[in-house]
Amino acid sequence: MAKVVLSVNLSEQFAGGLDSFDVEAANVRQMIRELDKRYPGLGSHIEDKMAVAIDGIIYPHPARQAIAPNSEVVIIPRLPGG
Amino acid sequence: MSKQHITCTINGDATEFLVEPGITLLDALRDELGLTGAKEGCGSGDCGACSVMMDGRLICSCLALGVEAEGRRIETIEGMAVNGELHPLQQKFLEHAALQCGFCTPGLLVAAKALLETNPSPTETETRYWLAGNLCRCTGYDKIIRAVMDAAAELRQERSAA
Amino acid sequence: MNVTVTPPKLAVVGTRPIRPDGVDKVTGRANYGADYKVAGMLHGKILRSPHAHARIVSIDTKRAEALKGVKAVITGKDFPLLGDMELPMGEAAMNVGHISENCIARDKALYQGHAIAAVAATTVAIAEEALELIDVVYEVLPHVLDVEAAMAPDAPLLHEKMLTKGVTPPAEKPSNVAMFMRLARGDAAKAIDASDVIVEGRYDTAAVHQGYIEPHACVCTYGADGQVVVWSSSQGQFMVRSLTSVIAGIDQADIKAIPAEIGGGFGGKTLVYLEPLATILSKKSGRAVKMVMSRDEVFRASGPTSSSVMTVRAGATKDGKFTGFELDLRFAAGAYPGSPVFAALMAGLAHYELTDFAIDAYDVVTNTPKVAAYRAPGAPISTFAVESAIDDLAIKLGMDPIALRVKNGVKDGSLATYGVTFSDIGFHETLESIRNHEHYSAPLGPNQGRGVAAGYWFNAGGESSANIAINEDGTATVVSGCPDIGGSRASMAIMAAEVLGLPIEKVRCTVADTTAIAYSGLTGGSRVTVSTGAAVVKAANDIVEQLKGRAAITWDVPVDQVEWSNGAAICLSGDQKGEKLSLADLAYRFGRTGGPVANQASVNLHGIGPGFAVHLCDVEVDPETGGVTVLRYTAAQDVGRAIHASYVEGQMQGGAAQGIGWALNEEYIFDTDGKMENPGFLDYRMPVASDLPMIDTIMIEVPCRNTPFGAKGVGEVPIVPPLAAVANAVRAAIGKRPHSLPLSPPRLHALMANGH
Repeated sequence: MAKVVLSVNLSEQFAGGLDSFDVEAANVRQMIRELDKRYPGLGSHIEDKMAVAIDGIIYPHPARQAIAPNSEVVIIPRLPGG
Repeated sequence: MSKQHITCTINGDATEFLVEPGITLLDALRDELGLTGAKEGCGSGDCGACSVMMDGRLICSCLALGVEAEGRRIETIEGMAVNGELHPLQQKFLEHAALQCGFCTPGLLVAAKALLETNPSPTETETRYWLAGNLCRCTGYDKIIRAVMDAAAELRQERSAA
Repeated sequence: MNVTVTPPKLAVVGTRPIRPDGVDKVTGRANYGADYKVAGMLHGKILRSPHAHARIVSIDTKRAEALKGVKAVITGKDFPLLGDMELPMGEAAMNVGHISENCIARDKALYQGHAIAAVAATTVAIAEEALELIDVVYEVLPHVLDVEAAMAPDAPLLHEKMLTKGVTPPAEKPSNVAMFMRLARGDAAKAIDASDVIVEGRYDTAAVHQGYIEPHACVCTYGADGQVVVWSSSQGQFMVRSLTSVIAGIDQADIKAIPAEIGGGFGGKTLVYLEPLATILSKKSGRAVKMVMSRDEVFRASGPTSSSVMTVRAGATKDGKFTGFELDLRFAAGAYPGSPVFAALMAGLAHYELTDFAIDAYDVVTNTPKVAAYRAPGAPISTFAVESAIDDLAIKLGMDPIALRVKNGVKDGSLATYGVTFSDIGFHETLESIRNHEHYSAPLGPNQGRGVAAGYWFNAGGESSANIAINEDGTATVVSGCPDIGGSRASMAIMAAEVLGLPIEKVRCTVADTTAIAYSGLTGGSRVTVSTGAAVVKAANDIVEQLKGRAAITWDVPVDQVEWSNGAAICLSGDQKGEKLSLADLAYRFGRTGGPVANQASVNLHGIGPGFAVHLCDVEVDPETGGVTVLRYTAAQDVGRAIHASYVEGQMQGGAAQGIGWALNEEYIFDTDGKMENPGFLDYRMPVASDLPMIDTIMIEVPCRNTPFGAKGVGEVPIVPPLAAVANAVRAAIGKRPHSLPLSPPRLHALMANGH
């Protein structure tokens, strides 16, 4: 079970205030589908607007990135540099 | 408006070109003569990227007219290296990494050369004030000042050795 | 004086060779955006709105079109309507609809300077004359210039249907707040209320510009066959191609974007203003069109960064452990949504361990030029508030400011405020290097003060490509796709030389156009040295394998009996044991051993270490005039591994200088009509050589495990601490807390006289 944490106020917008979940998923795409099932709109919001950090490494566009059974996954905004 | 015929010396070579009276010396050098080393950063004489020498005097070429070059001696960055050999200032700029994007570099080199021709042993403060008219946004000026003072030292050595 | 704290020596990495493109730059030979010329080229000029906010009722271009010498006139009608379209562009998506409307207005002018129409003519003078012949009818609307005015209940709306994103329940009434975001953990209010010491403050900063000395410039040629060539200075030729393609409505394959040398960008050239206009002018006129912004236009119409209003409240225990932080950030985005307030939210407290915090961030549109990225976008601003509050805590606690930061600073294993766990970071080492530096305890005189501040920035990775080819004489050519702003060609050459075992002079680097190299992301986000470096190292490693294979063929031994060392293959067994074949020897035989040796590598790099910086500043304040002299400045930073030490120092010094200017003198000054009053370098006062001392640097090398040679991005974090470092130094000098930037003499004078 990977632990997924929503870092910014997505929990209020989509998940009724819950900001941490256990998700069964082998990669990010599966995680997004699972989250969309539980909280409609959350998954596609993550896919379109957010970056995903898996065990400390930030991936801006992580669709096929693998998630290990005990991974810690954090959803954060995508940020441009200058 | 009809163009005027200008005869002058640029980097030691006799040169002729045509230019309308309202055109700046900077635009004349860049557009008529293809000498694009001098740059326009502001067009109002505040950034020094267009610095050239006219009759031995450091000027902003964006504040002079092309027609003012008539009968005069102009020196630009393109004339600084002689026979393919870099001037000590140019060499020191490279060694000290005194440039990043390089846009201000031609103006700075022309201004620094004018400094060393006026004052061969400038202090750090004198160097900073002389170069205060040349804006650089990339380097914070530290390595530029070191390069100029190092070049000054090398030129003084060459002179005393000669 | 520059100090490096460093791990084991490599042959080329960490040395200071002369950059390969340097001679062109010191001789004036390098070609920037405005240096390019095409035969028969026209000159393009833009008509800009005189009003800060107006509906465009009609535009009549007939008189302009009739002027002799005018070959084309365009307005927003010549461009496809894109609506709210977003394009993935590397690190974060860009709203191309907004960028397109910013390039040329459609139904509204949203700031004074907003482009309304453009003209191409045979000379600049004729083009400018033609602008005056374009008749525009405006319905002038009331405007708002700052965040607080824009957020007021009955504020005039820029985008009449815009609803705030990110709020619960969803917004129903349109406003100028484009988006709200909250990052929180625990119960900050409660934690702070229960603290031994509490500080609070309201801070505001003015808009500042990136201040690159080279104005935006391009030359675009639209051929009769629809093939387009764009020559421009930008932070990314692939970005130029994508944006021009979408905005002008042309297939990407029909656009060749050539990167000119770039005269500074700092984030401000990570998008386009001119290229789509010049392309359509070229299409309409059938000739190449050159467009160059004047300095006035650069200020009025290219993105500065946000002005801001912030409040901070923080608490600590009596031994200096932070108990909680509350931060409210309101940033002006300019005419279209997209201020860097969310990065400011993420970076502002990221360098401290905190269990209770709440950061609220608002992205607010205003009738001012659309903001663009500026070096660590957003972070310098929020860090100014945070590090000023921490300075106040240190004073209230009677604690050394470095000791206070050491007590709370993140280390390997710490949980970041934004949720990831840190590894391979060097914040503590960086703090200690300042504490142990002789500057920290040097004596100060009257009216002088010392300030310290720390800062954090993410550093991006992303997509980059590189080609390496071995030439017939055994020298190497490296081609990459990211424009070189800070000397990255030197770093690419160093890394290739290190892996191949060649002397640096035998490796040459170029930056290619979009037809000659695979996709590369922008130059920005401090990513080029690590990402393009990773592509270079990957390509170079593969080349070494190929070279070993060629040596094996030459010696007729299995390839595992070949070792590569110091630029040569060594035979490990058989009759030729101990023999060497140098790169040059092998290159001569390439045709006989299998053909050319080259490789292209593309990477999408992740796991780049963030940057930490700690800056120390001494100032002297003139009590009569409020003038500030920066007496001494030391910048320390965790750089991972310095590939080219001189250029890493250069980034630290350049970032510090921009931050000092931001703190002391730079600001956009608007009149009540929303017109910028100081759009030139005389009155938009950036630091000059006589304003600054030498900037000493300390490079701390705690390598990152995911990057070439352990390098981390270094370009952006150095601009994050200086605003607070300077403000904290001024506070120490005058005994009063500055809340408002810039600390220009009139402001400082009032602060000293009235306390605010």
